[in-house]
Amino acid sequence: MDELKEIIKNYVINEYLEPDSDPIDYETPLISGGIVDSFSMVSLKRFLENKYNIQIPDEKATPEAFDSVKKIADLVKEFVKS
Amino acid sequence: MPNFGNYEQIIKDFSWSISEQELDYKPGQVINIGWYCSDRICQQGKADKTALIWEGFSGAKKIYTYNDVRLCSNTIARFITGLGINAGERVCLFLDRIPELYLGFLGILKTGAIVQPLFSAFGEESLFVRLENARTSAIFTQKKHLSKVRKIRDKLPDLKHIIIVDYDGKSPLQEREVPFSMENTEKIENYEVYPTYAETPSVLHYTSGTTGQPKGVQHVHYSLISQYITAKWVLDLRDDDLYWCTADPGWVTGTSYGIIGPFSLGVTQFVLDSGFSAEAWYRFIERNRITVWYSAPTAIRSLMKAGDEIIKKFDLSSLRHLASVGEPLNPEAVNWSIRVFGKPFHDTYWQTETGCIVITNFPGMSVKPGSMGRPFPGITATVLNHSNHEPYPEPGRIGLIGLKPGWPSMMRTYWNNEEAYKNKFRNGWYLTGDRARIDKDGYFWFVGRDDDVINTGGHLVSPFEVESALLEHQAVAESAVVSKPDPINMEVVKAYVTLKPGFTASKDLELDIMNFIRKKLSPLAMPQEIEFVDSLPKTRSGKIMRRILHAKEWGEEIGDTSTLENE
Repeated sequence: MDELKEIIKNYVINEYLEPDSDPIDYETPLISGGIVDSFSMVSLKRFLENKYNIQIPDEKATPEAFDSVKKIADLVKEFVKS
Repeated sequence: MPNFGNYEQIIKDFSWSISEQELDYKPGQVINIGWYCSDRICQQGKADKTALIWEGFSGAKKIYTYNDVRLCSNTIARFITGLGINAGERVCLFLDRIPELYLGFLGILKTGAIVQPLFSAFGEESLFVRLENARTSAIFTQKKHLSKVRKIRDKLPDLKHIIIVDYDGKSPLQEREVPFSMENTEKIENYEVYPTYAETPSVLHYTSGTTGQPKGVQHVHYSLISQYITAKWVLDLRDDDLYWCTADPGWVTGTSYGIIGPFSLGVTQFVLDSGFSAEAWYRFIERNRITVWYSAPTAIRSLMKAGDEIIKKFDLSSLRHLASVGEPLNPEAVNWSIRVFGKPFHDTYWQTETGCIVITNFPGMSVKPGSMGRPFPGITATVLNHSNHEPYPEPGRIGLIGLKPGWPSMMRTYWNNEEAYKNKFRNGWYLTGDRARIDKDGYFWFVGRDDDVINTGGHLVSPFEVESALLEHQAVAESAVVSKPDPINMEVVKAYVTLKPGFTASKDLELDIMNFIRKKLSPLAMPQEIEFVDSLPKTRSGKIMRRILHAKEWGEEIGDTSTLENE
């Protein structure tokens, strides 16, 4: 699980954060914190789907479900399992 | 009773001088938006009234009275004049929705300089073309956005000052960079506001067109006359209101109705500097007892998607008036708002170029769900025949929305592009680029754009700009960009792409191209879907036929294909 969270966290850092941004952890609010906007969320969802060969339905890809690394990891786990 | 009275009577009697008189402005006198939005309110005895309550996502909160707004805008004005910025120079605000954005906007106007707000999510290319076109002299930004500015500054010889509002001293400043701390700078009690007049340029907002680079829409200080009275009559703002405009001042709604309208009326307004979350938004309304809420269809549809159950957790009874802007508000959204809030969202129609609301559903009048409403008094709006640009005499015909020029906040030109400006007029009408019909009661009904510009979440994206950026990706040979339907954002960007030899279509390549555009232009411009194709439909002369791809996405008839290359 930590490996999954670490992969997601690193992707967010590399793709969405500017070099001088404050560090993030697994609980940092991503959507409500303005780090990832609703348009960019599409690319984050696409990354997860490609990486883990899953399909996350649109109704599950809500701002709330994507609001932290931990929440995203929980969501991914749900689909990887099934 | 709403501020706006009987429509037919007001239309008959209306003159913009009503607004001038309420603002104690006489033609020929000095008019400065920065002064009207701060000093004048203080002179009216409201210096201690709360002007701005700002909340960050982490719970941070700052409160400013009108006297604070006056002092802070004075301080910023003095700071930039101290840097040698003169009246007429362009000063950019490249900031998140932090207090310095709102205070800086007024401060820059007080100096006579032109304020150029830019959406802080813009990538370096989008930022560059707008700063280069405006020949911007100075930019206010934050540490988190500084790397984008640093990447392009060497190509911007006119950019003399990069002002960092949250510099913490941890890393050394580089060439042309200067720190500014609102909190640690001694406040300026007396600042002699630059004597701007009605036609003095004030705000430069950039907007996207079908072809070419983004255009700088230039407004003047006299725009205040329209923005004040529309905020009062359409948003129904009153002295005791607690107002929340969710728009970012990187776009025109965020300045016309997120700064100028409410502050010129002396109203208390709120800013929430965070991303979207239904729960956070409802909590914000409940906690602050918001009375007037001005938002966008995309946000409203996102709230609908979050469901009705969540609403029951909050007391939203403070809401008195709701309005929406950015794209057509579908009837389902209006009916939903009546059901869950007990009142409708009132659609308002306008553009960066119009500077103020021009067609709207008025408070106190019946809302026709799905309609744009009726023209604001003083605005002559019609639907024009495509071929001769004459108004259709009868209702029900679909045509171009045309506006008779001459209202105070009408753009004065496109910056450094008079030709594009002149091209917006035909037969004495300003062409909005939108199509609509008028019903027998005089209500306008939006039909669609008359060009290829994509309206995604209320923001215009130029397909040309995205296509040009796509060609800079190493794998892309050709591209065509169109809109595709989206349940939340109305439209999103879709790209059709052919690949260069040696590259193979894959999901990873699609993601790589998406992220390339997101960083280069902006998240709004990022294609939400990329379709790899062997070839694009072209005319025999080699021009890509976007309309065929557009028709495919929207399930429409493809139409005449006689000029198609492969027919």
